[in-house]
Amino acid sequence: MAKAILYDTTLCIGCRLCEQACAERWGLPYDDTIAKEEKLSERKLTAVVTRGERFTRRLCMHCEEPTCASVCPVGALQKTALGPVVYHEDRCIGCRYCMLACPFQVPAYEWSKALPRVKKCDLCYERQKAGQQTACAEICPTNATISGDRDQLIAEAKRRLAEDPERYYPRIYGIEEVGGTSVLILSAVPFEELGLRTNLPREALPVLTWRALSMVPDIVTVGTVMLGGIWWITHRREEVAAAEGKEKKS
Amino acid sequence: MNRPFASPLARLAWPRLTVWQWIFGAVMLGGLYAAYTRFLHGLGAATHLSDQFPWGLWIGFDVLCGVGLAAGGFTLAAIVHIFNIERYKPILRATILTAFLGYLLVIVALLFDLGRPYRIWHALIMWNPRSVMFEVAWCVMLYTTVLALEFAPAVFERFRWQAPLRWVRAISIPLVIAGVILSTLHQSSLGSLYLIVPHKLYPLWYTPLLPLFFFLSAMCVGFAMVVFESWHSSRAFGRQLELPLLASMARVLAVLLSVYLLLRFVDLRHRGVLALVAEPRLETWLFWLEILLMLIPAVLLFRRSVRLSPGALYASAVMVIFGFVAHRLNVSVTGMEAGSGASYLPKWTEVMVTLAIIALGFAIFRFVAKNFPVFPEESPRPLVAPAAGD
Repeated sequence: MAKAILYDTTLCIGCRLCEQACAERWGLPYDDTIAKEEKLSERKLTAVVTRGERFTRRLCMHCEEPTCASVCPVGALQKTALGPVVYHEDRCIGCRYCMLACPFQVPAYEWSKALPRVKKCDLCYERQKAGQQTACAEICPTNATISGDRDQLIAEAKRRLAEDPERYYPRIYGIEEVGGTSVLILSAVPFEELGLRTNLPREALPVLTWRALSMVPDIVTVGTVMLGGIWWITHRREEVAAAEGKEKKS
Repeated sequence: MNRPFASPLARLAWPRLTVWQWIFGAVMLGGLYAAYTRFLHGLGAATHLSDQFPWGLWIGFDVLCGVGLAAGGFTLAAIVHIFNIERYKPILRATILTAFLGYLLVIVALLFDLGRPYRIWHALIMWNPRSVMFEVAWCVMLYTTVLALEFAPAVFERFRWQAPLRWVRAISIPLVIAGVILSTLHQSSLGSLYLIVPHKLYPLWYTPLLPLFFFLSAMCVGFAMVVFESWHSSRAFGRQLELPLLASMARVLAVLLSVYLLLRFVDLRHRGVLALVAEPRLETWLFWLEILLMLIPAVLLFRRSVRLSPGALYASAVMVIFGFVAHRLNVSVTGMEAGSGASYLPKWTEVMVTLAIIALGFAIFRFVAKNFPVFPEESPRPLVAPAAGD
């Protein structure tokens, strides 16, 4: 079963324990200064963002058809059957196309290192493989973040929307966005008020480049035949002219 | 060209440097310092790139423009060898040389930009055929090889290596065809790279036709570069300008430019964003700069008098080159800023690396053109004044 996270912003109290647990899980430093940086970076793979009285979390959305994995020239990013999108740092050449292409602007880079890596949440792939919850879900005191099977979490989200329609904006973020994500978000207000991107297409983005790329074999075959043909015709004309010239002389 | 293999060091005797050599030296020193910063202290120290804006001048100019400016290579090779229009042959070798150097320098720029440059070869064995970048990587590698082989005869002739010369001449037609196909693929694919960011790239530039526009404008700038190089070579090496040849090429360029511009506006209208060309925003100004730099030479080059005047022809070519650069930078920088929520201006070290790479290109071209049979033999015209044109 594909794993996912359900994050209910109406339950989040902004305690930032998820940030701290995440930093511990990655062996990254965490203190008050870092806690105040409300954005993703090489040392913050999840960030709680304050929006007036509300809170929201930023982290890798683990798309069903990840843009980052499709654009990576060396396959350093991969969608696992378990759900997480994982990063193989030993493959990465550092072209940063994943950062440019990510519709959620998630991947961060170790800009200050001589041998940098891409940094992003991996949905605690190792923990999940061992049957554990993600570190952020495990520590969350209000159950704003829970982890589990994507299908069951979607069912749970729908149940919450149906049971308490007053409390929620009637949509689940992550079901349709760019073909669906493994992070699902519930909110009391329209998603753009939380700073989530709402101008994203329903279809997965890799389709856009695939349309162009799938023309490559045709260009190669048709192009070769055409150019070869033109070459043959133009040079044949010359040969014929030369032969005729010889005949006239003789 | 008639003189023996001259050591470039002999010309660089300390006290007698020309202004251009001083500039060259200063640029190279700056470039060295920038390289030191980049490789010892990381991309963060040498660039203004950020998580929000991961691609800057090195990709936008050095790579996107570098590859485009080298497009004269495949266009002219196709004209001479495939379409058998032999009269262009005298300028073919110089064009192939420029293209080859262009690609080598693009690779140098990539080594600066990649976070892990020593893994540049990974795409050879770690495949992801769904990635545009993967396709570009392969095409660039293969095409650079093709260009090396296309230029090889000049080297073999210089050292009188008959056997390899025969061998490389035998495969010249398949090479040219492969070169044209590979160029078509990756010139357009550089545009396809940006198909994946519909939510980030400003609508004046984001279009499903990006690959077509990148290909067409690359062909345009290919012709413009041939004019540009011929003009500078004629000044630097005291050669006659191949004016009738360049003029007829400039007419094709005028037609190509018109087709390109027409399609750009048809596309804007078709996507319903034509009104944006009057929006009071920075993007609009830079859009018009780009368009005018293509439109003015397009109009000018339809006039015979312009095409036959070396100065006007050269000025038109320069405008096309700047228009092309403006388009690439608009796609990669201007058009990406608002959508990324970031503003980007290159750091001086980024500019320094770019300048050093350009200077290196000029210097190597000059060296090779002096020491290898790049231009056809002709009776050398006496130099009126020391050439400082390049």
